[in-house]
Amino acid sequence: MTKRASVVSVSSPSPPRRRSKYTLAPLVLIAANVVLFALFFVWPAVIGLLYSFTNYTGVGAFQWIGLDNYQNLFGDSTFYDALTRTLLYTVLFVPLNFVVSLLAANLVVSKHAKGGSVARVIFFIPWLLSPIVVGVLWRWMFGENFGLVNYVIEKFGGDAVPWQSNADLSLLVVVMAAAWAWTGFTMLLFIAAIKNVPVSYYEAASLDGAGPWRQFFSITLPSIAPTSFIVILLNTINSMKEYPVFVALNNGGPGTSNNLLVQYIYETGFKRGQIGYASAASFVLMLILMAVAIIQLIVNRRVENR
Amino acid sequence: MTTTDIPRPADVGSRRSVSRKRPRRTATGGLRQAVSATTLLWIMACLYGFPVLWFILSSLKPSSDLFSYPLTLVPHNPTLSGFKAAWDSANFSQYFINTAIVCVVTTILTVGVSCCTGYALAKYDNKWLKFFFICILATTMLPSEVMLAPEFLVVRNLGLYNSFAGIILPAVLTATGCFMFRQFFLTVPDELVEAARIDGARELAIFARIMVPLSRPIMLTLAILSFQWRWNDYIWPLLMLNDPNKFTVQIGIQSIVGAQNINWSVLLGASVISMIPLIAIFLVFQKYVMGADINAGLKD
Repeated sequence: MTKRASVVSVSSPSPPRRRSKYTLAPLVLIAANVVLFALFFVWPAVIGLLYSFTNYTGVGAFQWIGLDNYQNLFGDSTFYDALTRTLLYTVLFVPLNFVVSLLAANLVVSKHAKGGSVARVIFFIPWLLSPIVVGVLWRWMFGENFGLVNYVIEKFGGDAVPWQSNADLSLLVVVMAAAWAWTGFTMLLFIAAIKNVPVSYYEAASLDGAGPWRQFFSITLPSIAPTSFIVILLNTINSMKEYPVFVALNNGGPGTSNNLLVQYIYETGFKRGQIGYASAASFVLMLILMAVAIIQLIVNRRVENR
Repeated sequence: MTTTDIPRPADVGSRRSVSRKRPRRTATGGLRQAVSATTLLWIMACLYGFPVLWFILSSLKPSSDLFSYPLTLVPHNPTLSGFKAAWDSANFSQYFINTAIVCVVTTILTVGVSCCTGYALAKYDNKWLKFFFICILATTMLPSEVMLAPEFLVVRNLGLYNSFAGIILPAVLTATGCFMFRQFFLTVPDELVEAARIDGARELAIFARIMVPLSRPIMLTLAILSFQWRWNDYIWPLLMLNDPNKFTVQIGIQSIVGAQNINWSVLLGASVISMIPLIAIFLVFQKYVMGADINAGLKD
């Protein structure tokens, strides 16, 4: 904002009047959002933090129990399993989504590839499907006894793969489903960034005899670094709070082996009525998300200053 | 941080036309590259398009054919019985109406409120406005999934449990929407506002008569995004609603998945019906979504 103000004062002949004398109009304009912010952000955040130090069950009286909830969490193997499974999911999903989205974006904007605008719509459509439908669709594809994938594998002489009853394969299917569903959106971010790279860089590189791969790694990738950073940050945060795809695809199964953090919060808070405990788990998730954001900000700054 | 590095749609267009003039590479190398890039692109597009195609074609099969071997891609006797069964079963038409109400109301409110806030943030210069801007940024740091339990309690205390208002109101404030409008109004010259002031227009009249009509493309883009978020929302309506007459489509589909024996014919029909409105809206307004500055904020 300050940057813009200085540009204006340079370009206009007379310095603009201080606009801070207008109070009523901006106040009216933001009033609705201020109320919503207070009601649905500040209030829940404050009582969430307070409840995380109590044994509140959602009804009746509750006691202040200090850090007990947090201590119990770290002794709770179900919580640990959910946490490690969430981290594993994130570590698999983020790079896969990054690579396929970047590939899709490059192919779509490539002047060598025919039909990019049609392909772009095809890549984008999965993002329109709700996570629930994505889950149903991939459950249909990867059904153990009836699914298309196992049918094709058996057709080529392989054995049916236990996509649903093996916990690791089951997680892998969710990773693929989510990467498939998110490609369209991530791709749009990459397309915008790639189109922003000055064409002269490529012309110079191509005169110097650099091939397409060399151009990609030496020009495109460094030029879109800020967007890559945002993509990784957003995808990490999104995958840390993934839930609906799991519900529809395998319901955290087989058994409870793929229950993730949000599912854990949902189960403890709403199914078992331990609001205080669930709030504590929420704040642990929030701390992880903030740590992720801060680490990535620091790394980003280092890279930019180099 | 998130708003600076993506070009506006106009930029993209002009750069693209420049890139078209790029000198061609040598004929043979260029041809080989074109063939391989096109092939790779279309292999990938087929991989991405196939699951949806298979899903839709399967939904056209009669339930007796769904599991009959050998599997066939194209249904022998295509039928709409799955759709009909889905529509008639478990109040699905009611779910559809509920979801439509929630989406339309939320979208109108979101666009209106975001437009007002974005304009205030872009065109007024008060300390407390800057503070509120930081507050909105904070909402992207703390995703609603993290606050499920306390947010639930707040909405319950407000007496909004099991009502559409309980789904709609918490969703109206979106950082993405405010950022999109703020970015847009920053590009509108201040001179326009100053001129209107000199002509004696009142502040809110300037906003309503001049600025709102100007921002139509952003309104449309945000409306499509907002509609998509709400149409696909699952966990919040699930928490908020316990009256089956108020369920949304996503909860309806999930309840079919959760049944003891999945009725795949109904499930496929319901899923395909649920994706039709969004895909239709997207195909109509595609150019706005594809050119949109969706980078701003990026949170639903």
